[in-house]
Amino acid sequence: MSRRAIAYLMLLAAGLAAPFFIYPVLVMKVLCFALFACAFNLLLGYTGLLSFGHAAFFGAAAYVAGHAIKVWGLPTELGLLAGTIAAGALGWAVGSLAIRRTGIYFAMVTLALAQMIYFFFLEASFTGGEDGLQGVPRGALLGFIDLSNDLNLYYFVLAIFVFAFWLIYRTIHSPFGQILKAIRENEPRAISLGYDVAKYKLLAFVLSAALAGLAGATKMLVFKFATLTDAHWHLSGEVVLMTILGGMGTVFGPLVGSSVIVVLQNELADKVGSLVTVIMGSIFVICVLLFRRGIVGEIIAFYKRMLGQKA
Amino acid sequence: MADDYILETDALVKEFKGFVAVSDVSLKVRRGHIHALIGPNGAGKTTCFNLLTKFLEPTRGRIRFNGEDITLEAPAQIARRGIVRSFQISAVFPHLTVLENVRIALQRKLGGSFYFWRSDSTLSRLDDRAIELLAEVGLDSYVDMVAVELPYGRKRALEIATTLALDPELMLLDEPTQGMGHEDVDRVMQLIKKVSTRRTILMVEHNMKVVSGISDMITVLARGAVLAEGPYAEVAKNPLVIEAYMGTSEEAAQA
Repeated sequence: MSRRAIAYLMLLAAGLAAPFFIYPVLVMKVLCFALFACAFNLLLGYTGLLSFGHAAFFGAAAYVAGHAIKVWGLPTELGLLAGTIAAGALGWAVGSLAIRRTGIYFAMVTLALAQMIYFFFLEASFTGGEDGLQGVPRGALLGFIDLSNDLNLYYFVLAIFVFAFWLIYRTIHSPFGQILKAIRENEPRAISLGYDVAKYKLLAFVLSAALAGLAGATKMLVFKFATLTDAHWHLSGEVVLMTILGGMGTVFGPLVGSSVIVVLQNELADKVGSLVTVIMGSIFVICVLLFRRGIVGEIIAFYKRMLGQKA
Repeated sequence: MADDYILETDALVKEFKGFVAVSDVSLKVRRGHIHALIGPNGAGKTTCFNLLTKFLEPTRGRIRFNGEDITLEAPAQIARRGIVRSFQISAVFPHLTVLENVRIALQRKLGGSFYFWRSDSTLSRLDDRAIELLAEVGLDSYVDMVAVELPYGRKRALEIATTLALDPELMLLDEPTQGMGHEDVDRVMQLIKKVSTRRTILMVEHNMKVVSGISDMITVLARGAVLAEGPYAEVAKNPLVIEAYMGTSEEAAQA
């Protein structure tokens, strides 16, 4: 067995054992944001597109899944699926417009459209406005596994995460992923080799939005509510921070980055209050100034240097 | 006979807000030729390339490839027709390996470039062909190196291998020897000569040694318009060309 496979198995074992040592809801929160960041990284790290509106997909899926489960009475699995599909469709609409531009303009178009979506959620009646969509039942998995039990839910969430993480890993290491990297590396060259880069970017955008949606819907299930915070641009910024802190363009970076941020926020919230924003900001500045490749990126670079010295 | 020409332009014009970068250029590139596009800086050579590959939209005029009008097609479509260009600055995918660089080009014909659920190990069947192409440009010992680490001349060679992977009918090379030392220039020149069998090459080039050495036909551009056309020996004697490069022809004659 390869070293890599062993590393993945160890991580999986850690994931399976975690709820016995750490409060399961916290781990689930970490997993949801990790999935969100991984989905975002597919776009930023592997396609070179900085979206500044990803919270819209996260939030939209949370609302749609919440509404589907609470009001329409859909089973939990279908509710999550509905949220994911809705986010993907929204991603298609936003992506179709945004990919016509690149760089800062791309970021601004996604931000503007995400703000429009935010205001829609603020005004629409089914979202509960400022109060949010409260009291969504977790339901039962396949009709008989009670998800109101945190431990049951934890393994369901872990399964979702592992599946989505695998899908992202597969996408990165696929023929499609190769073209995405080519576009990130040198877009005009990719065009001159005959690739319709717009189509590739759009598919990457839709995949990323749908998976961000899956993360949002799952988070809604964990906390049993969806609120405006889930669609707010603060969250769009936070996912950028998580990805860059962990190391964009690395498979594990977003996982590490989001764990650090979520755990820090959790630990600091009741100790320093609103100072938490200042601390997050400082971390971001330090990260960008001192270790630009992010935590995982720096570790990989360090490892490569060690190998280089040996050779 | 129209069939003799692989690429023809008809009074091609490109204006940028009142500034005419390319004016009335009617270019005819004969099949199988190495055709050089030369001219002083700002003559519109690269703009011309951008128009031919549709990276820029022409203001007026027509472009025909193999007799078919391609004026309205998208750049990726043009590439799929078999017109593949290189760029002035080296156009590799810097953080992919040398092998992956070539494979990106090979992958298109294989199809399935949208399959995100498939493993990229399915691409390994392209490896043999990629290595063959790399051997053709003398890069077979660099296969696993990340492209950014290659020396400059080798990057240009990699670019040519990537372009060759598409087996283009018409290759457009934008200053293939720019910024190279003597040895590299010779190597790339031989390489261009070698790959020109069975295909047509249109290149922008400043190095007169390369132009005189391998091109069959030369078009001189100045201020966006065609100044002269013909084989090297003919063009080099043309007083208009000498004037464009040296100032006035009298000065040149005195020199």
